[in-house]
Amino acid sequence: MGMTMTQKILADHAGKTEVKAGELIMADLDLVLGNDVTTPVAVKEYIKAGAKDIFDKDKVVIVLDHFTPNKDIKAAEQCVISRKFAKEQEITNFYDVGSMGIEHCLLPEKGLVVPGNAVIGADSHTCTYGALGAFSTGIGSTDMAAGMMKGKTWFKVPAAIKFNLTGKLNKWVSGKDVILHIIGMIGVDGALYKSMEFTGEGLESLSMDDRFTIANMAIEAGGKNGIFDVDEKTLEYIREHAPGKSYKIYKADEDAEYEELYNIDLSEIKPAVAFPHLPENVKTIDEIEDIKIDQVVIGSCTNGRISDLRTAAEIMKGKKVADGVRAIVIPGTRDVQLQAIKEGLAEIFIEAGAVFSTPTCGPCLGGHMGILAKGERAVSTTNRNFVGRMGHPESEVYLAGPAVAAASAVSGKISAPEDC
Amino acid sequence: MIANGRVFKYGDNIDTDVIIPARYLNVSEPAELAAHCMEDIDKDFIKNVKEGDIIVAGKNFGCGSSREHAPIAIKKAGISVVIAKTYARIFYRNAINIGLAIMECDEAVDGIDDGDMVTVDFDTGIIKNQTKNQIYKGQSFPPFIQDIIKSGGLLPYMSTL
Ligand code: SF4
Repeated sequence: MGMTMTQKILADHAGKTEVKAGELIMADLDLVLGNDVTTPVAVKEYIKAGAKDIFDKDKVVIVLDHFTPNKDIKAAEQCVISRKFAKEQEITNFYDVGSMGIEHCLLPEKGLVVPGNAVIGADSHTCTYGALGAFSTGIGSTDMAAGMMKGKTWFKVPAAIKFNLTGKLNKWVSGKDVILHIIGMIGVDGALYKSMEFTGEGLESLSMDDRFTIANMAIEAGGKNGIFDVDEKTLEYIREHAPGKSYKIYKADEDAEYEELYNIDLSEIKPAVAFPHLPENVKTIDEIEDIKIDQVVIGSCTNGRISDLRTAAEIMKGKKVADGVRAIVIPGTRDVQLQAIKEGLAEIFIEAGAVFSTPTCGPCLGGHMGILAKGERAVSTTNRNFVGRMGHPESEVYLAGPAVAAASAVSGKISAPEDC
Repeated sequence: MIANGRVFKYGDNIDTDVIIPARYLNVSEPAELAAHCMEDIDKDFIKNVKEGDIIVAGKNFGCGSSREHAPIAIKKAGISVVIAKTYARIFYRNAINIGLAIMECDEAVDGIDDGDMVTVDFDTGIIKNQTKNQIYKGQSFPPFIQDIIKSGGLLPYMSTL
C-alpha cells in the first residue's frame, strides 16, 4: 500500500521503509520550538526530569512572541525563565525583542524549516510549516521537554485527506479565503487527527504566503498537520531563505490511501468571513448584511506577512479608517516590518489613521495591543474567533483575509474589497 | 506486559471535566486528583477501584481541555489500561506521555460489560474477557511505547535513552 506525503516523511524519520495510519512510531526531529508561554512549563519539566544538555543547540528554537514586549510583570517573569534557559543551553535560535517575530512567520523567514523536515512546536499553529513540504505539528510542553532532551518524540501516524486544487484565485481572494472555505465545508473537526494534503495544478497560482496561511489553519479543522507539495515556488523560497541547506522532497505515492478527497476550484472561491464563535461559521462576503464594527486587526501568524500588508495597503491607500473604528496593523516579523516601512506601506497605514505596531501576537489571543470590550466587534485576520478570544466574553471576532479586513476598516462595517 | 482487572464501563464522550472536575484543579498532587476521579458520573468509582482495574468507554474518551491532570488521576486511581473506541487527540498524547496505557478496540468496547474481568496482553494486543470467555484483537504496543509506560512516562523514558 502506498504512503501519503506525511507518512513518507514520518517513515524516514522513524528509520522505517513503511508506516501505516494508526501506527505508533518514535521519530527523529529536525526542530523543536517553544514560545514565551509554553517554554517555561517545558523548562520546569526538563529540570524536574534531571536533564542536562539539550540534544542540539541549533535545533531548538525559542521565540518570545505572545506577550512581548513584556505586557505585564507576570509575562516579564515568564520571559526571564526562557531567556535564562536559552543562555545556559547556548541556544542559537533564541529570538527576543528586537530580533523576534511571531514564531510561525519567523521560522520560515529565517530558513529554519526546509522541505522534508519533521518539526514539533509547543504551539498549536506549528502546522504552518507544512507549506514548505515539511511535517510539522503542535504538541504540549512535556513533548517539548522530551524533544529538547533527545531530539525525538513519538507519533501516531495520521490518516489523510487530499485536497486537489485547480484554477486560480480571483483578485482580492487569498489563502485565508481558501482555508475558511475548507473549514466551512468540513467543520472544525473535519480533519480530526488527520493530515490535510494539498496538491494539484492550482498550487502553482498560490504564493508561499497563501500556502503558509492555509497550512496555518489546518488545526482549525482539527488536523494534525497540513502539507503542500513542493514545487518551483517552494524551492525559490528555500533558495532565498535557506541557501545551501539540504532538504528532501517527498511526494505521495500514486496509490496512497486517503480517507476523503476534495476537489477545489480556486476560481470559484469568494472572499469569506467566519462568524463568531467558530471558524466553521463561514459566509461568503456577498451573503453578509450590514455588520458594524469597532476594531480591525491585520496581523498574526495567519496573515502578518508582507503580501498581507501589501493587500491591505493597496485598499487603504489614500483613504481614511472609518470614524469610530480602531485599525491595528501588526507585521509578523521585524523583516516584514522593515519591508513595510521601505515600501511605504507603514506610511499608508498611519496616514489612513491606523496604528502600525512592532511584531507580536498581541490581540490575536486577547493578550495585549487591542483587547475588545463587552459587546464590541472586530474583523480580524487571525485564526480563532472562540468566545472571549480577543477580550471580553461578550465581544465578537469575525475572521477574514487582509482584503476584507482593510475594506471593513475603511467602511466601518464588514465589506467586500470592491465596495470601498 | 499484562494488565488484569475488573472493568468499569462508561459511555461516549467522557470529557476531562468528568474525569477530574475543574474545581479540583487547584491541586496537582496525583493522589488528591485521584480521590475525585470520575466522581461526577460515578461517585463510587474511587471507593471500588482496585490496583490493576480497567476502564472501558465509547468514542472520544478524554475530550475537552488539554489538562494532563485527567490521565494522571486515572493512573493514580490504579487503572492499568483504558480501552475505548477512540480518544480525543490531546488526551491520547497526554496519557502516553504520563505513562497511562490506552488502547483502541471497537469490538472489545461492544463486548465488555461493567464488572467483567478482563486481561490485556500489550505485546499481542489480545484482550481476553474472562467473564464472558471472549477474545478481542486490539493493536499491540510497540516496545518503545511499553517502555514509556513502564518508565512512568515520556520524560523518565527519555532520560534512560
Ligand atoms: S499570532 Fe495568534 S495564533 Fe499565531 S502564534 Fe500568536 S497567539 Fe498563536
